[in-house]
Amino acid sequence: MATVTLKPTKVPELMFEGYSITPDAFAGKTAPQIADLPGHEGKFVLKLGDFFEVSGNGGETAADTDIVITGDCTRVKYIGARMTAGTVTVNGNADMYVGGWMKGGKIHIKGNMDSFCGIQMEGGELLCDGDAKNHVGCAYRGDWRGMKGGTIRIKGSAGNDIGTAMLGGTIIIEKNAFIHVSTHAEGGTVIIKGDVEGRVGGQMVKGEMYVLGKIKFMMPGYQKVGTVEKEVDGATYTFDHYIGDLGERHGKSKGQIVYANLYLKAAA
Amino acid sequence: MPKLIKGVGCPYCGSSCDDIEVLVSDDETKILEVHNACIIGTNLFHHANDPTRPRLPRRRQPDGSMKEIPYDEAIDYMAKTMLAAKKPLVYGFGSTNCEGMSAVARIAEKSGAVLDNCATICHGPSFLAIFDNGYPSCTLGEAKNRADVVVFWGCNPMHAHPRHTSRYSIFPRGYFTQKGQMQRTVLCVDPRETDTAKLADHHLMLDQGHDYELFDAFRTVLRGFEIPDVVAGIPKETIKKSVEIMKNAKFCMIFFGMGCTHTDGRNHNIDAAISLTRDLNTHTKASIMAMRGHYNIAGPGQVWAWQFGFPYCIDLSKGTHAHMNPGETSSVDLAMRDEVDCFVNVGADAGAHFPIQPVQHLKKHPFITVDPNFNMASEISDLHIPVRIAGVDEPGVVYRMDNVPIQFRAVIKGLPGVPSDEELFNKVYERMCELTKTEPIWLAAKEDRRYPESEAVI
Repeated sequence: MATVTLKPTKVPELMFEGYSITPDAFAGKTAPQIADLPGHEGKFVLKLGDFFEVSGNGGETAADTDIVITGDCTRVKYIGARMTAGTVTVNGNADMYVGGWMKGGKIHIKGNMDSFCGIQMEGGELLCDGDAKNHVGCAYRGDWRGMKGGTIRIKGSAGNDIGTAMLGGTIIIEKNAFIHVSTHAEGGTVIIKGDVEGRVGGQMVKGEMYVLGKIKFMMPGYQKVGTVEKEVDGATYTFDHYIGDLGERHGKSKGQIVYANLYLKAAA
Repeated sequence: MPKLIKGVGCPYCGSSCDDIEVLVSDDETKILEVHNACIIGTNLFHHANDPTRPRLPRRRQPDGSMKEIPYDEAIDYMAKTMLAAKKPLVYGFGSTNCEGMSAVARIAEKSGAVLDNCATICHGPSFLAIFDNGYPSCTLGEAKNRADVVVFWGCNPMHAHPRHTSRYSIFPRGYFTQKGQMQRTVLCVDPRETDTAKLADHHLMLDQGHDYELFDAFRTVLRGFEIPDVVAGIPKETIKKSVEIMKNAKFCMIFFGMGCTHTDGRNHNIDAAISLTRDLNTHTKASIMAMRGHYNIAGPGQVWAWQFGFPYCIDLSKGTHAHMNPGETSSVDLAMRDEVDCFVNVGADAGAHFPIQPVQHLKKHPFITVDPNFNMASEISDLHIPVRIAGVDEPGVVYRMDNVPIQFRAVIKGLPGVPSDEELFNKVYERMCELTKTEPIWLAAKEDRRYPESEAVI
């Protein structure tokens, strides 16, 4: 394993598009070659070396490459976007599109993330110690095939549009979420350990949602069908089981209509 | 002898009324009377008579005052500023013609700018919902001739589109709706008792910001399932009755406005409305339409979607491809995140319509306004370039709210020396090409517009 360390040296005036900060791009390159990789600031193409001090060479393949950013990346977009293997660790905040379109590997953001993290994700693991803004694990605008696989774990709170049009994979929000969870989803699992304002599972066709806190405004298209015990993220709880969205189309499997499932932790 | 010009288009709201009659003076420089238009449209025409209209660009001086400068100097400043900026933002276009929008795309591409229009603070979320879920829409003519149930959801045409109800939606007698208002059932969904709500047969006064839940309740009822006793503040019985009215319509027309697009959920509200329209089509004919605000705000969507593949929030900074993702490339977000370093405001008033914080962020950098009149944006600008008023002293193509193109005409002669948007942007483009030592590429849809002079550039 080879570790490449990036030390932020300058805060970009506009946002720096760090689409080159992936193990795939760093693999097989020496530190000076990595510093020479491109990135946009507005319409001008700059180099990673203009904003980071690079030390360490990349591994032979993406899987052998670990990237550690030893500082704040609040104004750096696309960290780990489209990566397929290896790891990226950011000891600070990151801007938009962290792990967008990623297929494998692991990203660990120790601060907060901005919007669009893990959009169109297909595999791998994205871990954030802080909060995320909107569109966590969401589909790109106009695409009805959203997140397909992988795991996103946000230890803080998230904003709106979590797992829109999701087809697979798991999103875990350990604190609260705002509105629109799994809207239009046709698969996948979303676990919210805190409270949600509302619109959980609107227009949802298939998939699972677990809410351990409260839902302030329940969707009218959901109906309670029973109480079940389920294991969620290593712990077992009693849940009220709802099916829905009854206003949306649903497919059939073995003669039975398949609804989306919402498990809301039963009041003690 | 004053001249009466008939069949004039009105450059005010998205209804784009094309039955206006304007009486102009003998020498075609003054507007004397305006017939058929609403009070706002009438004033818009009369405004062109204002003797204090700006005739020369004005540049901010070091002491803060504005000084008139020649057009060439203004064009040079605009070209140089946009080329020097890392990421200029070009915003506006609610109130200009499609020719101007097409021309501005050249300079946006040349300067690697973000191209955005008023939809970003208006019906942009509708576009996102249309991307996600399609747009089962029709023309206003169909609404007039067929619709016997009209739903106004989060819009107030009595104030925002004054002649909409009389020309298209409630009062007119159409082919299958010969009894006019008598034959139409009007539903209004609005948290306030607006003048449109007063006019409606049924007013559903929902809790503000709960449109999505109410749409879902409508859809759930339509599929024959039970809903809670109260949804979004509306009793179950009222919802069931409203669904029954919509289901039993011969043609149900849903018009939606800012009440849906700019409350919580935004595009998802429209998404649900489109799904409801689709569901209704299993029972009867139903259609949906966005109540676009300005007379040609559908224009940039049409023109730029043809040129770049996206209707708004188009980031051209890569030079190789367009990128669009509202939330990142939308004007207010770009400004709030300090992601642009030059602002060009065209045919709109960002000074009045944006929240104050983004304007404060934008003011850190060069701020240019292209507008026929003085407005709040022009008064805080570093450079204000006056142009002719599209639809009054400049002809052009506009797209009505139902995306029907209409050729607007000029009723009076333009102010001497003042260019149209298109002429101005073409000059800026030429200047940019001179500065970057490149050959201009002129490709235009119309034969009388400019074509490349040298064959080598085609």
